[in-house]
Amino acid sequence: MVAPGHRLCTGCGAGVIIRQMLMSTDYPIVVSNATGCVEVCTSVYPYTAWRVPWIHNGFENAAATISGVEAAYKSMKRRGDLPARKNDKPIKFIALGGDGGTYDIGLQSLSGALERGHDFLYICYDNGAYMNTGIQRSSASPFGANTTTSPAGVMIQGKQEERKDLTAIAAAHNIPYVATASPGYYMDFTRKVSKALEAKGPAFINVLSVCPLGWKSEPEESQVLARLGVETCFWPLFEIENGKFRLTFRPNVKKPVVEYLKRQGRFGHLFKAGNEHMLAHIQQRVDEEWGRLLEREKK
Amino acid sequence: MSGNAVIAEAAIAAGCRFYAGYPITPSSEIAAVMAEELPKVGGVFIQMEDEIASMGAIIGASLGGMKALTATSGPGFSLKQENLGFACMAEVPCVVVNVMRGGPSTGLPTLPAQGDVMQARWGTHGDHPIIALYPADLTEMYWQTVRAFNLAEKYRTPVILLSDELLGHMSERVEIPDASELTIIDRRKPDVAPDQYLPYDVKTELVPPMANFFEGYRYHVTGLTHDETGFPTEDPDLAEAQLRRLMLKVSANADDIMEWEEDGLADAEVAIFAYGAAARSARAAIAELRAAGIKVGLFRPITIWPFPEAALVKAVSHAKALFVVEMNMGQMIREVERGIRDVPIVGIHKVSGQPIDPEEIVLTVREFLEGKVTLPQKAVYQMSV
Repeated sequence: MVAPGHRLCTGCGAGVIIRQMLMSTDYPIVVSNATGCVEVCTSVYPYTAWRVPWIHNGFENAAATISGVEAAYKSMKRRGDLPARKNDKPIKFIALGGDGGTYDIGLQSLSGALERGHDFLYICYDNGAYMNTGIQRSSASPFGANTTTSPAGVMIQGKQEERKDLTAIAAAHNIPYVATASPGYYMDFTRKVSKALEAKGPAFINVLSVCPLGWKSEPEESQVLARLGVETCFWPLFEIENGKFRLTFRPNVKKPVVEYLKRQGRFGHLFKAGNEHMLAHIQQRVDEEWGRLLEREKK
Repeated sequence: MSGNAVIAEAAIAAGCRFYAGYPITPSSEIAAVMAEELPKVGGVFIQMEDEIASMGAIIGASLGGMKALTATSGPGFSLKQENLGFACMAEVPCVVVNVMRGGPSTGLPTLPAQGDVMQARWGTHGDHPIIALYPADLTEMYWQTVRAFNLAEKYRTPVILLSDELLGHMSERVEIPDASELTIIDRRKPDVAPDQYLPYDVKTELVPPMANFFEGYRYHVTGLTHDETGFPTEDPDLAEAQLRRLMLKVSANADDIMEWEEDGLADAEVAIFAYGAAARSARAAIAELRAAGIKVGLFRPITIWPFPEAALVKAVSHAKALFVVEMNMGQMIREVERGIRDVPIVGIHKVSGQPIDPEEIVLTVREFLEGKVTLPQKAVYQMSV
């Protein structure tokens, strides 16, 4: 449902994500898209890469816009105002945003839509910075990442703050379905999308999106990184279905996080002498979080 | 050096030590340079979660005693409007840069426009004073950035520094003045004891002194209409007196705030009114027309708000025609018309995202002089060139 020829960079994770997202379902889909790379690169005049109805509004309001569409659809359906369609399956709604449009400026409208209980799926493609405007840090940027507004230099060694746990924030709305995913584990991701669309009410999936431009990684390694993120437990895969937590992937051997970091130039400064403690810190945080998730599953 | 980098450098030279912002094309380089440079001079750079928060943060920082800057473009400028009105009302000095791009909405993020000049004046609700500056080259950008901070501090009010994608992303030779050449103005602090301090005194002067937080002066800061102590009031006399004083801060000091350039107008039979990037096109067109023996001059407001109306009227009243060149559908032309009664006004407007080609101006002027542009009694808007 995503046409080839869009302008996303070679090796862009988001292109893979939107393709897998739309491959996951037979329902007719309406997409609302926050401002960002995907919005810009899939809709360069006079073309569109979207073979489904698609709305771009602002940076902060993909969830608010889809709320309106979904509420109108429900109301029109109730009143019998909808024209007959060949495909009689119900229409499903997906809002799509990057980490800037979701973790930061769009958090308010996301929270509002989740709380009001609109029947829609929000997918965040998280590449950990504002890549579209020139690689500025976001609240999704990992600790230590070099961005243009958290530059690694004399004063600081990249971003000094930890990443916001957006998935936990979404889960705190007690919605029917919340998950993390990675296009590197595409069967897992597509299954989660279908499940989320079946959920009665709001669903949220946070997807790791590799960005060769901002991560300073090799484009041909994008799928490798999308898998390594999961295999190092930097980006654990889980779902929370009606409150029930479940890990959907457990690595046989948990790889050290440096395997993931060393392939990305944005972490290059962490491998310089004197920054060993930062690598150790990142590993420690990953281990702690993974430990918490293992404990949580036992409950 | 790019125009955006110039703004960042000049802000630091003006004493700005606080930047809060949110990435948006075509202004993001200002944030990137501030992120690099501010920590080196003991300043603070914060990237906020959106433009609303960025504007809130610079107001807070300014109340705390720092000179503060934020920069954005169209959609972000829209989000800043509520807090901008608060800064006018609570009289908090700060500088807001708007590097204009094509609008409305997301518009043309990477292309220049001048469609926010009226938003700079009336973007936030209610009557409010505003100062907006709009340079046309990068050396001037440096000076006007410094002046923006000075005016904000002097008049205790937000100042909008307008730029556009063209100025923001272009590079040209910039003459950076030595620090000793700059006049730096700081807000006047109270010279009375804390218990006698009136932060919004209407009686004695237009711009009451401003006490920073942490210095022992405790006062009430609110966006509600307030009396001289800062506490909310609905007393009609006090409400009217406060708003009148707010407006007078700028209108009564307009002569100090307004700057403009007049070039070749004394003998001009044709005058051109242009500002910002469009003035660069106008200059090139004027050079070509002058070389062809046609006497053309330029009136260029550097201070957009308050609008230098009297100066414009005086400078162009002898001309056969006034061409208003702007990269919008016709915004400042209305302001020009308010003052100019007896000179035919021709608008040259372009909203394609492309800069105005000097040839387009040359052609329109020539057509006018050859009698091909038929003017109605008052003015004609040529909506595309």
